[in-house]
Amino acid sequence: MDKFTKLTGIAAPMPLVNIDTDMIIPKQFLKTIKRSGLGVNLFDEMRYNLDGSEIADFVLNQPAYRQSQIIVAGENFGCGSSREHAPWALLDFGIRCVISTSFADIFYNNCFKNGILPIVMPQDVVDVLMEDAKKGANARQTIDLDAQTVTTSDGRVFPFDVDAHRKDCLINGLDDIGLTMVKAKAIDNFEHKAAALRPWA
Amino acid sequence: MTARTLYDKIWDDHLVDQAEDGTCLLYIDRHLVHEVTSPQAFEGLRMTGRKVRAPQKTIAVPDHNVPTTLDRANAATMTEDSRIQVEALDKNAKDFGINYYPVSDVRQGIVHIVGPEQGWTLPGMTVVCGDSHTATHGAFGSLAHGIGTSEVEHVLATQTLIQRKAKNFKVEITGSLRPGVTAKDITLSVIGATGTAGGTGYVIEYCGQAIRELSMEGRMTVCNMAIEGGARAGLIAPDEKTYAYCMGRPHAPKGAAWEAAVTYWKTLFSDEGAHWDKVITLKGEDIAPVVTWGTSPEDVLPITGKVPSPSDFTGGKVEAVQRALDYMGLTPGQNLSDIKIDTVFIGSCTNGRIEDLRAAAAILKGKKKKDGIRAMVVPGSGLVRAQAEEEGLAQIFIDAGFEWRLAGCSMCLAMNPDQLAPGERCAATSNRNFEGRQGRGGRTHLLSPAMAAAAAITGHLTDVRDLMTATV
Repeated sequence: MDKFTKLTGIAAPMPLVNIDTDMIIPKQFLKTIKRSGLGVNLFDEMRYNLDGSEIADFVLNQPAYRQSQIIVAGENFGCGSSREHAPWALLDFGIRCVISTSFADIFYNNCFKNGILPIVMPQDVVDVLMEDAKKGANARQTIDLDAQTVTTSDGRVFPFDVDAHRKDCLINGLDDIGLTMVKAKAIDNFEHKAAALRPWA
Repeated sequence: MTARTLYDKIWDDHLVDQAEDGTCLLYIDRHLVHEVTSPQAFEGLRMTGRKVRAPQKTIAVPDHNVPTTLDRANAATMTEDSRIQVEALDKNAKDFGINYYPVSDVRQGIVHIVGPEQGWTLPGMTVVCGDSHTATHGAFGSLAHGIGTSEVEHVLATQTLIQRKAKNFKVEITGSLRPGVTAKDITLSVIGATGTAGGTGYVIEYCGQAIRELSMEGRMTVCNMAIEGGARAGLIAPDEKTYAYCMGRPHAPKGAAWEAAVTYWKTLFSDEGAHWDKVITLKGEDIAPVVTWGTSPEDVLPITGKVPSPSDFTGGKVEAVQRALDYMGLTPGQNLSDIKIDTVFIGSCTNGRIEDLRAAAAILKGKKKKDGIRAMVVPGSGLVRAQAEEEGLAQIFIDAGFEWRLAGCSMCLAMNPDQLAPGERCAATSNRNFEGRQGRGGRTHLLSPAMAAAAAITGHLTDVRDLMTATV
């Protein structure tokens, strides 16, 4: 997993609420057995016409936002299906950070496993960041994970909260499985105890 | 001892380790696996030389991609990429030695129907699957939720999951449901009341008389859609109905082990005085047969209602509703019962069980679908299909002009040949009405199996109560 420390990049405004993972990556692209290559189909049905041509109005098709690395989104981003293909597609496109007032639980977890930082901010802050993002390609926002701040293109700084364990994993690019395997003894002990308490399980 | 909720109790009994910062390691009793969200996880194990820690607790079945037409044994019915995914699961199940129900097995079906049917899902367990509708298994009083593919790999390798504890949310449905109202109407009405983000950060426990009165099938329908309300999981405390459902299933305990299990299961309820972070109460009598009109499961109204206007909403929802009405091709003020449909889909992990088929067949018996309507019934498993044939339900569907299919996820998510065409409007017993969910440009109205049957007969969304014969 790529480390996440500090990022300065273009932020795409997507004010729509309830952007679900079917929108982020439609089901026909889940038939892959790989994690890579999904960026071209990110937001496929919002981004392309049936004939494959681009829908000019869609934010990531606009010249100013084609290199976006941040999305500022309406509430409940990533709801619906558990498909990790959603963060894989975002990452493959180049998105490393999504900011919203709320995220669906599974999507939120999945982001951290892939080096993407989801940031929850109150509505008034998201409103400020959304307006800033609408200024276009010259309005770059800065995300500093170590300091836990988002800075707008005109220098306004907003702090955010993040779970300490998840922050540590992102900053150091740590693999969860390796960390858990260190605790193999505790898992062995648990299994031994559970076998007596709930032998049918 | 402190009063605890059912969620607290299951959590406590599965806690392997708790770090100083509150990060917990939770033991997983059952890991269900399907072909879409697992290939990258197995590949990860191979690349790192890791094994599946508890193959005997891991159960796999292909469901999302498999065609449901009778000719599916012919490999040409699947696209190449679908076939590769199913073959990858065949190989991974064999290489890693996990329990497996291949497409050719009569027990094959939707993973959330097969798990309970085979007795893998039991009260008080932790159950995960790389699929958001894992919430279904909460109907047994097991803590069950969807996970991403990285977490699938984590569970395969360690039989644990890194978690932070969620908050407790009590959803009480008092009284009894009125005739024509079902579990699907309960779960959609709850989402209508709380919104699709109302459950974010919570585990829901559904309780109250109307929940107690539901069968296990109905309880699975309710818990299945907990995720559509944003909750991590939905739970219902086990009772005699739960034990009766589990008893004798292939992987349920037997003899003395059964007695010991029931003794433990009887401790699985929320204590008097337990702390709830959020509570809502709905009256069972007030719940009507409902349908969705928009592109989010929270866009739900009684069938007697009218299509709303964006101006009825505030904030970000105004734009979302306008977008939904444009997508759905609906006009504010239109009667919901005037909406004409092209297709009826009965099936999915929400409503593909035997009771669902019975409810639809009861409405369809002796009647025919309206001419020009495409209608299909897709049983949730090969065993549900066999039972429906034995009970004569299959013949009722066939006589009514429905296609009688083999088991799979089918049109719920259209990763297989069952899809809507652009603009095609479907009355569906599934769980998501998102844009493009059932096929690009397809328009989905979620409803109960009985309501879907009623719509098939009339050709438009219909109040099923108008078609029910008066009971004495």
